[in-house]
Amino acid sequence: MHRISVTVNGTTREGEVEARTLLVHWLRDSLGLAGTPIGCDTSNCGACTVLMDGRSVKSCSVLAVQADGSEVTTIQGLANGEWHPVQKAFKECHALQCGYCTPGMITAAVDLLGENPDPTEEEIRHGLEGNLCRCTGYHNIVKAVELAAGEMREAAK
Amino acid sequence: MIPAAFDYVRPGSLDEAVRALHEGGEDAKVLAGGQSLMPMLRMRLATPSLLVDCSRLGELRGVRDDGDAIVIGAGTPHHEVMHDALVRAHAPLIATVTATVADPAIRHRGTFGGSLAHADPAADLPTAALVLGAQFSIVGPGGRRTVAAADFFTDFFTTALAADEILESVRIPKLGDGWSFDYQKFNRTAQAWAIVGVAAAVRRSNGSIAEARVGLTNMGAGPLRASATEAALAGAGADGIAAAAEQAAQNTSPTSDLHAQADFRQHLARVLTRRAVTNAARF
Repeated sequence: MHRISVTVNGTTREGEVEARTLLVHWLRDSLGLAGTPIGCDTSNCGACTVLMDGRSVKSCSVLAVQADGSEVTTIQGLANGEWHPVQKAFKECHALQCGYCTPGMITAAVDLLGENPDPTEEEIRHGLEGNLCRCTGYHNIVKAVELAAGEMREAAK
Repeated sequence: MIPAAFDYVRPGSLDEAVRALHEGGEDAKVLAGGQSLMPMLRMRLATPSLLVDCSRLGELRGVRDDGDAIVIGAGTPHHEVMHDALVRAHAPLIATVTATVADPAIRHRGTFGGSLAHADPAADLPTAALVLGAQFSIVGPGGRRTVAAADFFTDFFTTALAADEILESVRIPKLGDGWSFDYQKFNRTAQAWAIVGVAAAVRRSNGSIAEARVGLTNMGAGPLRASATEAALAGAGADGIAAAAEQAAQNTSPTSDLHAQADFRQHLARVLTRRAVTNAARF
């Protein structure tokens, strides 16, 4: 067993994990942060995307022991008193149907907008390439990211 | 699926990592970014006894200028490589190719050297390394050695690396002025592997192609040079590219799988070579 200490959604969380424990399993099963779903076994779907030290990662493709000492933000840590602008925009644009991909989609979009505050439609589509949605056809997701980008640029002025 | 149990160590230096790998025996594996290894662990296609986590070794990370070459640390994540100023200035083909690897989240964790050492026949970076004449610096219990890209990729998912050796860095010669590049990757869905990919490096002089290098992805067990096409391109003008590209699949024996039959792959190699050389030549 390995002792780990990870700052999760702003709080230091400690635990004992087996080497083979995936970060997503630790978040869900040990910390109860079930907002991060598991969608596939192949690293394709991106449903489990979280921010690790500020950058998007697929938490099914990182060992919990590798996250030792890092900062992890899940969908449940994005709101700060009120919803994150990307969360609001997803609601506004009806950017989800079943909602299963949404936590990963929003987290990946937050990372994308951190690097590129004013993306083109094509850049949004490429930026979310690692996140699969089987319901929406992506159209409203792209619209939501465009809306959030505008809101976040306004707020930063 | 949950991976089979394994032991895990996180050495503090490259020397310690080599020792741990050596002592761990045949079934000890290097863990770099883990973006190829982790799915294999989850599907239990790989069941190592020990993972030696090299993902935090500063010695393996970063890009430096080495006079007539740049040296890319094997542990440098794709995202850093594709945005690195030295890479963009002296090996722009690497930046172009890296941007086509998987998706942003995977490029944050996955590493340059990890992709090369994994040696998936459909991987893009081995082809770029071959075209650019990269030299691989390898560390093992007996010290360091250097292997040329042409000798590094030996078979499907197999390289010149011994079980107790670690890829430290890759030296990429600066090709200098007059060269331009393109990579054409054919796949059917977002984030998919290349069904076929073609990398072209072209040096133009006096309105024609003085020298061209063409590399093929997923046309065999490892990356290949399209030698006949390269020979036919020497001295060619814009109107010579199509005929030269017709020879791109010569001496290749690509696999047939659920993505494509071998003859379709050969067709793609010819078409993508024409496009890649045309784009790189910029007539």
